[in-house]
Amino acid sequence: MNDIWSGIEAAFWLVITLDADLVDITLRSLQVSLTALIIASAIALPFGTWLAIRRFRFRRAVIATLNALMGLPPVVVGLIVYLLLSRSGPFGVLGLLFTPTAMIIAQVIIITPLIASITHQAMRELWAEYHDLLISLNTSKSQRIATLIWDGRRTLLTAALAGFGRAIGEVGAIMIVGGNIDNATRVLTTAIALETGKGDFALALGLGFVLIALALLVNFAIHALSRTEREGRW
Amino acid sequence: MSMAVSLHDVAVRRRGKSILGPITTDMAGTGFTIILGPNGSGKTTFLKVLHGVERISDGALEWSIPETEARQAQAYVFQSPIMLRRSVAANLAYPLQLEKLGKPAIAKRVSEWAQRIGLSDALDRPATRLSGGEKQKLAIGRALIRQPKVLFLDEPCANLDGRATREIEALLLDANQRGTRIIMSTHNLGQAKRLATDVLFLLNGRIHERGDADVFFAKPSGEESAAFLKGDIVE
Ligand SMILES: Nc1ncnc2c1ncn2[C@@H]1O[C@H](COP(=O)(O)OP(=O)(O)OP(=O)(O)O)[C@@H](O)[C@H]1O
Ligand SMILES: [Mg+2]
Repeated sequence: MNDIWSGIEAAFWLVITLDADLVDITLRSLQVSLTALIIASAIALPFGTWLAIRRFRFRRAVIATLNALMGLPPVVVGLIVYLLLSRSGPFGVLGLLFTPTAMIIAQVIIITPLIASITHQAMRELWAEYHDLLISLNTSKSQRIATLIWDGRRTLLTAALAGFGRAIGEVGAIMIVGGNIDNATRVLTTAIALETGKGDFALALGLGFVLIALALLVNFAIHALSRTEREGRW
Repeated sequence: MSMAVSLHDVAVRRRGKSILGPITTDMAGTGFTIILGPNGSGKTTFLKVLHGVERISDGALEWSIPETEARQAQAYVFQSPIMLRRSVAANLAYPLQLEKLGKPAIAKRVSEWAQRIGLSDALDRPATRLSGGEKQKLAIGRALIRQPKVLFLDEPCANLDGRATREIEALLLDANQRGTRIIMSTHNLGQAKRLATDVLFLLNGRIHERGDADVFFAKPSGEESAAFLKGDIVE
C-alpha cells in the first residue's frame, strides 16, 4: 500500500515538473496517434459518406465487412502488420518494423473501420433527411458529398475523436510492431506496461494520469459536440 | 420563354400496384394550376413525376427544352419542408452557391428574399428551429430564389393558420405575376378558388377532370368532381 501512495506522490511531481521522459513519451504518443488519426480520417470520412449515399450491388457485404473489421483484436492486427513488415515479409525491404511508421500503420488499420462505420451511420441519417431536396436541386455527386460532410461535420468530428481515443489507448498492436524501444517507439501505453512490470510505479502512474487526462478530454469533447448537435446550435 | 411539358401514357407502378396513370396531357403557359383530389389520389406522385424525381414505369414525358435545362429551371417545395441544418441565411444561399454565384451577389439576393418572406430578423437562426409556418416560407423562398420558370408545391399550407396561409398565397401570386409557372396541390378549396387559373382533378391516379378555374368551380362536368366540390367524401 505504501508503495502505491509514494508512487502516486512521485507521479504527481513528475507531471507537475514536466519530467523529460514523461514529456518525451507523451509527445511521441500524440505524434503517432494523431498521424494515424489524420490518415484514417482521410480514408474513412469520405468512404463512410460515399457508402451512405451510393447504392451498389455489394453494399450490404461491404458494410458487414466494415463492422466485422471494427471488432478486430488489435493484437492480431499487430501480428499481421509484423509479419508483413518483418525482414522476410513482403514489405521487409522497407525496414519499417520497430519504427513509429509501423505503429502508425497498425493504428490506421485499427481505427479506420471504426471511423468509417460511425461516419456511415451518421451520414445515412442525414442523407435520408436531405435526399429529396438535394435530388430536386439537381446537385452533382460531389456537391452532395460536400454538403453532407459540411452539415454533418460535428458527427464526423465525433467519429474522429472516437478513433483517436481508441488509438491513443491501444497497446497490443503497437507493442508488437513498435517494440517499445526507449527514445524511439516507446509511447504512453507501452511505457506503462513496461514500468509496471519493472515495479516503477511512479513513472507508470504519471504516464497513466496523462493518458486518463487525454481520454477524459476526448470524451468531454465528444459529449459537448453531440449536445450542440442535438440542441440544433451550429 | 415559358416551358411546356407533354405526357404520353405516363404510368407509375409500385410493387405491382398502379398508383398513377396512364396520363396523357400537356401543360403549358404561365398560369397557376391547382391539383385537387382526395388523399392517395396520386397528387404527390404526379408532381414528382413532372419534376423528374419519381421513376416512371411506362410512357414518356417530354419538356419543350433540353432535359438538363428543364431540371435547372424548376423548383419543388415538398409536402413537409426540408431544412438544411444551417442558418436561415445559409438555407437561402444554398441553391445560389450550387450555381457558383459570387458572394456579393448571393448576399444581395439573400437579404432581398429574407425581406420578402418576412424572415429578415431570423437570418442567423438555425432553420430547423423555425416554426412550421416559418419553415414553409423559408422553403418557398429557397425555391424561388433561383427564379425558376416552373415551381411545384405540394400542399404548402397544410397545418398553417390563416395569416401564414395569406402570406404564402401573396408570395406565390407575386411569383406567378413575375413569370413563374406554378403547379400546386392543395386540400383547401377556398385556397384553390383564390389562386387557380386552371384546375386538374385527380382520382385514383388518373386525371378525372381538367379545365379553367372559373368553369371548373362553377360547373364541374364530372359527377365525382362535383361531389368533391360540394364537400362530399369522394373515394
Ligand atoms: N413508393 C411507393 N410504394 C408503394 N405505394 C406508394 C409509393 N408511393 C406512393 N404510393 C401509394 O400511391 C398512392 C398515391 O400516393 P400520393 O402520395 O401520390 O397521394 P396524394 O394524392 O399525394 O395523397 P395525400 O393527399 O395524402 O398527400 C397512395 O395510395 C400511396 O400509398
Ligand atoms: Mg401528397
